[in-house]
Amino acid sequence: MIPEFSATAARPPKAWWWGVIALIALAMVMLPYYVDIALQLDLSIIFVFALLALSMGFLWGYAGILSFGQTIFFGLGGYAYAVLALNTGMTGLPFLGALLIPVAFSALLGYFMIYGRISDIYLSVTTLVVTLIFEKSIRSTSGPEYVIGSVRLNGQNGIPGVPGLTLPWLDGAPLSIEGVFYLTAGAMLLVYVALRLLLTTRFGRVIVGIRENERRMELLGYDTRLYKLGAFVLAGGIAALSGVLYALWGNFVAPEMFNLNQAAQVVIWVIVGGRSTLIGPIFGTGIVQYTSNWLGTVGVGQVTLVLGIVLMVFVLVFPRGLLPTIGDAFGYVRRRVAGRGAAR
Amino acid sequence: MTVEPILSTTALEKRFGGVRAVAGVDFSLQPGELRCLIGPNGAGKSTFFKMISGQLKPTSGEIRIAGHDMLNAEAYQIARSGIGIKNQVPDVMNGLSVRENLWLAAASRHRGAAIGRSVDRITERLALTAILDRLVGELAHGQRQWVEIGMVIVCEPRIVLLDEPAAGMSDEETVLTAELIREINKDMTIVVVEHDMQFIRRIARTVTVFHQGRILIEDSFDKIAADPTVREVYLGRSGGT
Repeated sequence: MIPEFSATAARPPKAWWWGVIALIALAMVMLPYYVDIALQLDLSIIFVFALLALSMGFLWGYAGILSFGQTIFFGLGGYAYAVLALNTGMTGLPFLGALLIPVAFSALLGYFMIYGRISDIYLSVTTLVVTLIFEKSIRSTSGPEYVIGSVRLNGQNGIPGVPGLTLPWLDGAPLSIEGVFYLTAGAMLLVYVALRLLLTTRFGRVIVGIRENERRMELLGYDTRLYKLGAFVLAGGIAALSGVLYALWGNFVAPEMFNLNQAAQVVIWVIVGGRSTLIGPIFGTGIVQYTSNWLGTVGVGQVTLVLGIVLMVFVLVFPRGLLPTIGDAFGYVRRRVAGRGAAR
Repeated sequence: MTVEPILSTTALEKRFGGVRAVAGVDFSLQPGELRCLIGPNGAGKSTFFKMISGQLKPTSGEIRIAGHDMLNAEAYQIARSGIGIKNQVPDVMNGLSVRENLWLAAASRHRGAAIGRSVDRITERLALTAILDRLVGELAHGQRQWVEIGMVIVCEPRIVLLDEPAAGMSDEETVLTAELIREINKDMTIVVVEHDMQFIRRIARTVTVFHQGRILIEDSFDKIAADPTVREVYLGRSGGT
């Protein structure tokens, strides 16, 4: 089995893996020179959503915590950036602040859920309910009395005109489409590499141990709640980053960031791609988003219905998701070839 | 001469609804002991173990480990205070390899390169080299028990609690397990719950008999084996004649 495809492989990545990462990074750098702006925008949003999928896939696949509501931190990140940037006229500090606020909230929510020792299924339900509460609350803020600083929350209309990131070395001009492409691609690649390396550390191995058998890990002397909270907050931070980038990408935030549709899509991306890998959620996001865009353009209609069928096929036929299934097939072929070689 | 007990319980009690699974146990263990707990099914032995290791909260009573009150401690704090337990049913990370299981156990105690060294030592001691990269869930029951025992002792606890270490093992494995227990007893205090009297005869010095949630009697193996009350509540049932 390729280490990359195993949820248990805690070994450091091999040289070929770094080579592939370098090639992908190079391709990302070159891409804007060869493709048009529309494709760059499409890819950027896939990278943003891939981060959200990574946040959930990491938490579910490696720490064994199925959070249905990573959209809580996604939405909070987006809204926090919009409110902070519009109020201050700055973008750099609000970017950081918009990461900290959802992280603090994930620590609070995670603390009550994990230290309260609620069962896995209640954790899933609680996170889903919390994201829906956020959606409903924000939807009901259309009146002029709902103002933070000088920014109206605008209820279901969302907040338009969210400023793009300005960087000092760009003379104060907001990031171009190309810049957003680099930012989202870079963020996704960095988070992916960081998570992959994290799995080789003590923390990464311990959370996998907790996923496998929490009681045994406690009896070995690990404060499992602390590790689970750590994983939850980390995933919250990644979802928050995704939310801020979403706001930067569209210059717009809306209550839909928190809604059931968005929350369910994250689960679909992860299931299609495969939750026992990190690369799976990224591909899952790409495939599902590309398919729904394509279904939209060819005018099939019923995009949701088609996606629903795709999801059912995956759950029934490839329950582990696309990438782990391909990984297994690859490993099987390799063993057969190796076996034949040995027989000679 | 009495040394301070390394583990003691006073009037320890656990109720499940109306049932008193453990009904006031005063238990005391000296450092270096190898104690066996026996008793019929439902006598409260496993419940007693689970309370000591923090898996169950006692209804009332007192637990002291090396003099420290551990009644309200979390399971991980009890583990860190030096208690290692092998539960009755193999309780391991089935989806991980033997190596990864041992690594996680060793990493709870050591840091850095010391983790790898202690995994190597335990692998050699328990002859697990051949199965090191197999998933634990794919192993036979007896092998999983060995992996779990390995995980417990690699943490170098002061007190090892073994709940039916020989259950489901072949005769040969049982003999090896008895040898292993005697050997690790050189460094660690051990309490074993077992049903297999041949096994107990091999390892025990002092035997504590549980009956209906209480300690019935505590004495050497030979005296226990000859005791008419014990024969009635326990040996008589399994021994026949």
